[in-house]
Amino acid sequence: MSAIGRPLLEVRGLRMHFPITEGLVARKLVGEVKAVDGIDFSVRRGETLGLVGESGCGKTTTGRCILRLERPTGGEILYDGVDIARMERKELLALRRRIQVIFQDPYSSLNPRMKVGDIIAEPIKVHGIEPDAAKRTARVRELLSVCGLSPRFADRYPHEMSGGQRQRVGIARALALNPEFIVCDEAVSALDVSIQAQVVNLLEDLREQFGLTYLFIAHDLSVVRHLCQRVAVMYLGRIVELADGDELFGNPLHPYTQALLAAVPVPDPSVEMHRTFRPVQGEVPSPINPPSGCVFHPRCPIAVEGCRRERPELREARPGHFVACSEVR
Amino acid sequence: MSTTLDGRIALPADEAIVLHRSYWQATLHFCRREPLGAVGAVLVLIIAITGLSAELIAPYSPTANDFAAMTEAPSWTHWLGTDQFGRDLLSRIIYGARTALIVGLTSAIVGGFAGLVLGVASAYFGGRLDLVFQRIFDVVMAFPLIIMALAVVAIFGTGVHNVIVAITIPLIPRCARVVRSSALAIREIPYVDAARACGYSHSRIILRHMVPNVMAPFLIMLTAFVGQAILAEASLSYLGLGVQEPTPAWGLMLQGGAEEYASTAPWIAIFPGLAIALTVFGVSLFGDALRDVLDPKLRER
Repeated sequence: MSAIGRPLLEVRGLRMHFPITEGLVARKLVGEVKAVDGIDFSVRRGETLGLVGESGCGKTTTGRCILRLERPTGGEILYDGVDIARMERKELLALRRRIQVIFQDPYSSLNPRMKVGDIIAEPIKVHGIEPDAAKRTARVRELLSVCGLSPRFADRYPHEMSGGQRQRVGIARALALNPEFIVCDEAVSALDVSIQAQVVNLLEDLREQFGLTYLFIAHDLSVVRHLCQRVAVMYLGRIVELADGDELFGNPLHPYTQALLAAVPVPDPSVEMHRTFRPVQGEVPSPINPPSGCVFHPRCPIAVEGCRRERPELREARPGHFVACSEVR
Repeated sequence: MSTTLDGRIALPADEAIVLHRSYWQATLHFCRREPLGAVGAVLVLIIAITGLSAELIAPYSPTANDFAAMTEAPSWTHWLGTDQFGRDLLSRIIYGARTALIVGLTSAIVGGFAGLVLGVASAYFGGRLDLVFQRIFDVVMAFPLIIMALAVVAIFGTGVHNVIVAITIPLIPRCARVVRSSALAIREIPYVDAARACGYSHSRIILRHMVPNVMAPFLIMLTAFVGQAILAEASLSYLGLGVQEPTPAWGLMLQGGAEEYASTAPWIAIFPGLAIALTVFGVSLFGDALRDVLDPKLRER
C-alpha cells in the first residue's frame, strides 16, 4: 500500500476519437468523432472524483477507456504507475480484478438468463479466486448481504427484482473481485430519488469498508456534491474545470460551470420565482467538427477574440482549483 | 439529499412476484393462446412417435415385395394400398417418417447451431472478421437452398449422410444472418460490457452471455428449418439425388411408379404427398405459434 494521497489513477492527454468510415472494402476515413479530446486528471487513492457534464460530453467514454472497454487513440492512463492505455488483452486480465464498473441501467446491466447468484459467482470462478463451489456460494451470500440484499436473492432471476435491488446486485458483482477502483457510470441516475439516496449511502459505506476509490460519472450535481471530494466538469470532450467539491460548487470559475450550477433549480418556489436564470445560449456543437480554440467560445458570455484561436490549457487558478479558460483570473 | 436514509433499509421485495411457471403450466398456456400451434405440435408429435416406433406399428416390412398384390387399391389388408412392386404403402410411409425426421432434425439442428455460433461470433468480434463472414454467407445464400444442396450432393454423392450434409450447409448462413442481427443489438447491452470488464474469455462471453439471449429468434428459425429440411430432403429424393432405394423415403415414393401409375393407381402418389404436406404444415403451424409466443414484436407481420 502506498501513502494516502498518491494518485492511483493518472490520466494524461487521453484521446478517444471514433473513426467515421465510408465504403465496404476500401474503408475511407471521412471524419472522426472526438468523444474525448485530450484530458488530464488524476484520482487519489481513497477519494471519489466526480465527472460531470451534459450528455455526449465524453464522460462515459472516459470511463470506458479507463476500463479498457475501448482502446484509447491517444494519451496515457497510468494506473498505479503503469500505463494501461496500450495494454493487450492478456496483460489486462490482472487489471480486470483491480478495476470494476457499476453501470447506469440496472435493467440491462444484468444478464437476464442468469440467476443472481451465478452473476456474482461468475467472476470469482473465472479468476480462480475461490475454486471450491460451496465456499463460492458462501461468498456470494456474503456479498449480497454486504450490499443490503437478503442472501435468498441468489436464486432469483434479475427480472424478479426491482430496479434498486438489481443495482445492488450490480454493485455486488463489481465487489466480487475485491477491486480497489470502481468506475460508477451514472450508477444512480436511473433510480428513483428515494432509492438513489440508499444506493449513494451504500456506495459511501462500501468505500469506507473496503477502502475503495471511485470515479463517479454523473449529470446530477446534487448527488455529485454529496458523494465526491473533487469534481471535474467536462464539455465537448475536454475538462473545463477541476476542483474540490466545496470549492467548485461555492466558487465556480469557468463560465460553463457557472451556467451548469445556475441551471440547478432551487427547492424553494418563492426564491425560484425571483431568480434570474439565463440558460447557456445555443446548442452543444458537434464533436465531429468542434469549434476552434476554446470549444465553449460560441456559447460563452465572456469570450474574447483570442478564444477563437487558442485552446486554453487546464491551469491552476487557485491552489487545487484548475480551470481551462484564459479570461478567468 | 438526506443522509439519514440508511443504506440497509429493510427490503420488502423478499415477496417479489415469482414469474416462473412450471413446464406443465407453460404448455397449457401455450395451448390456450395458440390452438393452431397446438394442432401443429400434435401433428409433429404423432409423426415423431410414428417414426420412432416404426418397427412396432408398421404392418409389413417396408421393403418386402408381394408380387401377388401390385398397385392394389387401399383395402383392409393394405390400408393405403400397394405400389408397383407390391410394397405396402402404409409401412413405407411409417418408415419414411423416420428418414424424414432424421434428415430434417439433424440438418436443422446441426445447421442451426453452427449458424448460431458463427452468427453470434461474427457480431461479437465485428470488424474485418464480420465482413469476411458476411460475404461468405452472401455467396452461399445467393443460391436457392435446393440448388446449393444439389451442388453439395454432386460433390459428395447421394445417400442419407450426404443428404444431411447437403441440407445443413445452406442452412448455416440463413441462421447466422438472423442470429447476427439480434446479437449485434445484444453486444451493445451493458451486461456484455460488464462481462468484458470482468475479463471473461471470448468463448465465455459468446456462449454464456450472448447465445442464451438470442434463443427466441433462434428457436423460431430452428422450427422453420425443420420444415424446410424435410421438404428439401423430399425434393432431393424425388430428383433421385437424395436417399436411394430401397430406403423408404417420402420423396422417393413420389418418383417412378407414382408418376407412371398416376391415373390408374393415384394412391401411390397421394399418400406420401399427404405425409410430406402434413408434416411441413404441422411444423410451420408450431413454428408460427412459437414465434408469436416468444417474440410479441413480430406478431403484426
